[in-house]
Amino acid sequence: MLSGKVALVTGCNRGIGKSILEKFAENGAVVYANARSVGCLDDIAQELSQKYSTKIIPVYFDVTNNSAIKGCFEKIRNEENRLDILVNNAGIMKDALIGMIDQKLMHDVFNTNVYSVINITQYAVKFMRRQKSGSIINIASIVGMEGSPGQVIYSASKGAVIALTKSLSKELGVYGIRVNAIAPGMIDTDLIKPIGSARIDENIKKVVMGRLGKPSEIADAALFLASDMSSFISGQILVVDGNTII
Amino acid sequence: MTNLEKYVKAFTDSFEISEDQVSALEYQSIVQWDSVGHMSLIAAIEDAFGIMMDTDDIIDFSSFEKGKEILKKYNVVIE
Ligand SMILES: NC(=O)c1ccc[n+]([C@@H]2O[C@H](COP(=O)([O-])OP(=O)(O)OC[C@H]3O[C@@H](n4cnc5c(N)ncnc54)[C@H](OP(=O)(O)O)[C@@H]3O)[C@@H](O)[C@H]2O)c1
Repeated sequence: MLSGKVALVTGCNRGIGKSILEKFAENGAVVYANARSVGCLDDIAQELSQKYSTKIIPVYFDVTNNSAIKGCFEKIRNEENRLDILVNNAGIMKDALIGMIDQKLMHDVFNTNVYSVINITQYAVKFMRRQKSGSIINIASIVGMEGSPGQVIYSASKGAVIALTKSLSKELGVYGIRVNAIAPGMIDTDLIKPIGSARIDENIKKVVMGRLGKPSEIADAALFLASDMSSFISGQILVVDGNTII
Repeated sequence: MTNLEKYVKAFTDSFEISEDQVSALEYQSIVQWDSVGHMSLIAAIEDAFGIMMDTDDIIDFSSFEKGKEILKKYNVVIE
């Protein structure tokens, strides 16, 4: 479904990003796979490239480092000179009750979850505007739509991602660039582990389908939004949460 | 093509104006050079010189003359 397309996916070394990387590789995309720990994607990149006869190119940088972001896009320009798909997946979740939110927490969460998305998108759009095509997929969260106690900053950051997705889709639609977000519910990755198993079990009761989501189920949604199967879909927030009532 | 010719062409192509109009141009001095036109101009300049400009430079790119100064940072000399 993605043969001939070039993608950049952030935060690929584990969780949802890793699953998206595998799904895109399986579907024939050339993927620039981002992680911040140098070398950590070398093996999987080689394995996926061979298995699916495509090119997976690790690009190591911290998404909060603007000059490193630029370096990645210069590499893409020199090697492929196009970008069809951007998945802004890298994210962090840090929780604190109101009254206990310090500046560092606010700064870290917004820097990673919001400002990096804007910075990376600004570079991606340079290619997509020229091509008059492209699909940008931001990984938001249902808490960015519904809110969640103890998650004022995280939910605000994901709410910002939803708002910027909608604005970007309106700004970039004239260039044939589609911008959508996926709002996952509770997905079985390291991100939710700090919550603790008791609270996770409690939260599962709010999921009508009665279970955690799998990273591959988010990757399936990303594949749909990345591919031409969704060619007339833009500005949408695709909720993938097993029908969670929060 | 010299760098000056490429630079002038980016303006004439982006704004559909003639060569004799470019040297006095400033941002928003003609209707075509609005914020949307600005992004087209930057794309044309980036393509012409194979560079990727920083956001701060894109914002500062306020005239034909100022652009020449900014491009020096990217080792593009317009003479
Ligand atoms: N799991 C859920 O229930 C859930 C629900 C809703 C939304 N989401 C969103 O889904 C996305 C992926 O989360 P996940 O569940 O897969 O979490 P995860 O398992 O914790 O993975 C997060 C990924 O983001 C990377 N990352 C974080 N900060 C980075 C930075 N500054 N630069 C580069 N990479 C960075 C991590 O790299 P390191 O290994 O180097 O830390 C890791 O690869 C996030 O945006 C998250 O908010 C998740």
